[in-house]
Amino acid sequence: MAYSEKVIDHYTNPRNVGTLDKSSHKVGTGLVGAPECGDVMRLQIEVDDNNVITDAKFKTFGCGSAIASSSLATEWLKGKSIDDAMKIDNMDIVEELALPPVKIHCSVLAEDAIKAAINDYRIKNGLEAIESEKVHH
Amino acid sequence: MNLPIYLDNNATTPMDPRVLEAMLPYFTQKFGNAASRNHAFGWVAEEAVDYAREQVAKLIGASEKEIIFTSGATESDNLAIKGVFEMYKEKGNHIITTVTEHKAVLDACKHVEKMGGKVTYLPVKEDGLVDLDLLEKSMTNETILVAIMYGNNEIGVIQPIKQISAIAHKYGALFMTDAVQAVGKIPVNVNEDGIDLLALTAHKMYGPKGIGALYVRRKGPRVKVTAQMDGGGHERGMRSGTLNVPGIVGLGKACEICYQEMEAEAKRLSALRDKLQSSLLELEESYVNGNTAHRLPHVANISFKYVEGEGLMMAMKDLAVSSGSACTSASLEPSYVLKSLGLSDDLAHSSIRFGLGRFTTEEEVDYAIAVTKKSVNHLRELSPLWEMFKEGIDLDKIEWAEH
Repeated sequence: MAYSEKVIDHYTNPRNVGTLDKSSHKVGTGLVGAPECGDVMRLQIEVDDNNVITDAKFKTFGCGSAIASSSLATEWLKGKSIDDAMKIDNMDIVEELALPPVKIHCSVLAEDAIKAAINDYRIKNGLEAIESEKVHH
Repeated sequence: MNLPIYLDNNATTPMDPRVLEAMLPYFTQKFGNAASRNHAFGWVAEEAVDYAREQVAKLIGASEKEIIFTSGATESDNLAIKGVFEMYKEKGNHIITTVTEHKAVLDACKHVEKMGGKVTYLPVKEDGLVDLDLLEKSMTNETILVAIMYGNNEIGVIQPIKQISAIAHKYGALFMTDAVQAVGKIPVNVNEDGIDLLALTAHKMYGPKGIGALYVRRKGPRVKVTAQMDGGGHERGMRSGTLNVPGIVGLGKACEICYQEMEAEAKRLSALRDKLQSSLLELEESYVNGNTAHRLPHVANISFKYVEGEGLMMAMKDLAVSSGSACTSASLEPSYVLKSLGLSDDLAHSSIRFGLGRFTTEEEVDYAIAVTKKSVNHLRELSPLWEMFKEGIDLDKIEWAEH
């Protein structure tokens, strides 16, 4: 299967690889997927007092599309408010990276990781987790 | 050195130029139908087919009368399994095979089950070898066929064929083997090994695609298979269809070259393979899959823990290798062969098969070592699992959200 140029670009030069201090109350961490399924994403956000995401980092175990999806997600997250970040839809990722149907689950995982990171941040700061209305599976 | 480097010789091999040269006249000048008995065009074709039959037979220690040409190993496997079942079902309805067989064997066995047969799918041991005691315990009065591959396509392990055939014969069953990966790579002898039916194909031994053969024993015992295609009664009535003369000539030539060069080639390739393997095992948390003492000389299947195989292959884009991970299917199922060795799904997802071949050079192997090491290290830098492992977190204790 041929990968799109954008997937190859993110895969070859992944943006924002790394780790934020998960004990900090400003940091939200989302860890989604399972090793048995062949992909695990960890996405972290750092949020300032105005509810704006100032930094985002990821690490991903998975195929090229999974790595590209999470790399793209971190790029999109930086500078967004939490509310806007919640609106990122997996289909936006599919479109941007031109993912084929068999790789849509990679984008779903990235969206799940964003929401998990946001909820982790919210819970840490005494807020309720936001339930996602979307059902993917 | 040209890129990309081909290290997927278990999938298919490039054709040896000597094979192509032997085939060429049979497309244009010597185009006759080998079944045309009444003119020179037919005689020339028939003579070429007869000669190729001898070349194939010689490589596996058979008589030329025991070679049935087919379109390839999938057809040979189907003809052997379904053909034996149909021919011998009055005698018994039970077939024994293993879970690590090629799909052509497994699916032919499933077909037999639909036709009313019973099939036992033996598990394999952790090293990929068949448990001989378990095989013997599984034999019944109804068992007509034991079908177990010679060398495995994914991990390269070589089954104890002599012992397996002895057990089959002790209980009056025939022994069939899919020897696609073994023939031309290691010595295979149907008499010494006690083989009654054997499937082989040209494109795994530097011959053309679309041509293979089934060896069917003629003496002690005389084995028969029911034809699976109706037609002109070619190949002693077992496989109808106009003979693929250029393909057959190519298969014959490929067998002849293997016969002459196999010993030296196996020595060279196993040295290169061992170099590749020992260098890659210098990487932390890397493991060889399958038995290494009984293994084809040109194969190494290695798992690099905490790195996903498909992602790894993308990093190694200048290497043509194969992964046990199939992240493209909806089920995300990793290789059934690796899973049947008891490998956890995550290790199966992390595996790469390196298959060396006749045209692999040491320079290419050195390049492959460097690229693989660099790619594994790069992906581990990206891997949350690697980071957790390094922090001493037990990944088995984490509750993963399976999706």
